[in-house]
Amino acid sequence: MARTDVQLMLDVKAGDELSFEVLLRKYRTPVINFLYRMVRDSAIAEDLAQEVFLRVYRARQEYAPSAKFTTWMFRIATNLALNALRDNRYRHLEISMDQPVETNENEQPALEVPDRAPTVEQQLVARTRTEMIRNAINLLPEKQRAAVLLHKYQELDYGEIAKILGCSESALKSLLFRAYETLRVQLQSLVRPQ
Amino acid sequence: MRCKGMEDKLVAYLDGRARPAERRAVEEHLTACADCRARAGEFSALWSALDDLPAISPSPAFEASLRARLAAEPARRGFWSWVHLPSPRLAFAVTALVALSIWISAIPPVNRNPSAAFQPLAPDAEFSMIRDLAELENYEVISKFDALSELPVAPNDMAQHDAGEESR
Repeated sequence: MARTDVQLMLDVKAGDELSFEVLLRKYRTPVINFLYRMVRDSAIAEDLAQEVFLRVYRARQEYAPSAKFTTWMFRIATNLALNALRDNRYRHLEISMDQPVETNENEQPALEVPDRAPTVEQQLVARTRTEMIRNAINLLPEKQRAAVLLHKYQELDYGEIAKILGCSESALKSLLFRAYETLRVQLQSLVRPQ
Repeated sequence: MRCKGMEDKLVAYLDGRARPAERRAVEEHLTACADCRARAGEFSALWSALDDLPAISPSPAFEASLRARLAAEPARRGFWSWVHLPSPRLAFAVTALVALSIWISAIPPVNRNPSAAFQPLAPDAEFSMIRDLAELENYEVISKFDALSELPVAPNDMAQHDAGEESR
């Protein structure tokens, strides 16, 4: 039977380094993607993700399973991302809607069609669509952006996201509503029936 | 429910996490309100569109760099773990408690009723006691010195003693 994240972390606390390896393999991609969508730079996202796992590792002796492991880990990740965004070193990350967004070589298309390669025109449409979505998310206020990323892409429950962002569940639901409402307006051409 | 009430319920309704009572309330409102129904439809379309955002994979350098940083971390067992204390904070608390105990035990005991235990002497009496101290000490020694009783008594002393006995 697979061990839970909490059990794995307790094993790490007891000195089992392999359990940390299991947690790292399970969460490195979600954490990197969350941070990448928060800070919009893959190199910084990876640097911050390393910091997340280092902090988890360093805190292993004091770890107490008072909350879900993912709540704890994404709280660390969110705080690091928000600090990075507010840090002067990352001011250049502030973008406008007109600015082209970094495209990453490691990016995998969300929907792959193996039997028929997309035409150049289809690729262009897909890229434009992706950039629109990314820009719209980037323009959200930091807390709304974190809420959307944790809700939509990490699929954490409301209680977890509320703890990560330090607000009530009711406040979180309103925050998410406002964020999605902003995205709905920004991405009218994608969401409104033709 | 009014449109304003949808603000903290619509998202949970659409992602299937709303409680049954909330779900029913939202459904009733959506049946009656065309604007909110349209918004709910666009929220669903938005979520499908957001799925198109590609994910990235960790670069090969990520793992190598993280492993190097983990290897540079100090050894797992620190000093406090060798004394079987779960944390430095607890260790500090125990140390502080021991130090406090030693300090308290080093303080001389305080008499709670000093007036009853110690009556200060008047200056004259105190001086007199100091002046006679040597004699008092001699008297103590002499009065308890058993060897004195074994000394032979002088004849004159014996006669005086007998006379005294007879006069009584």
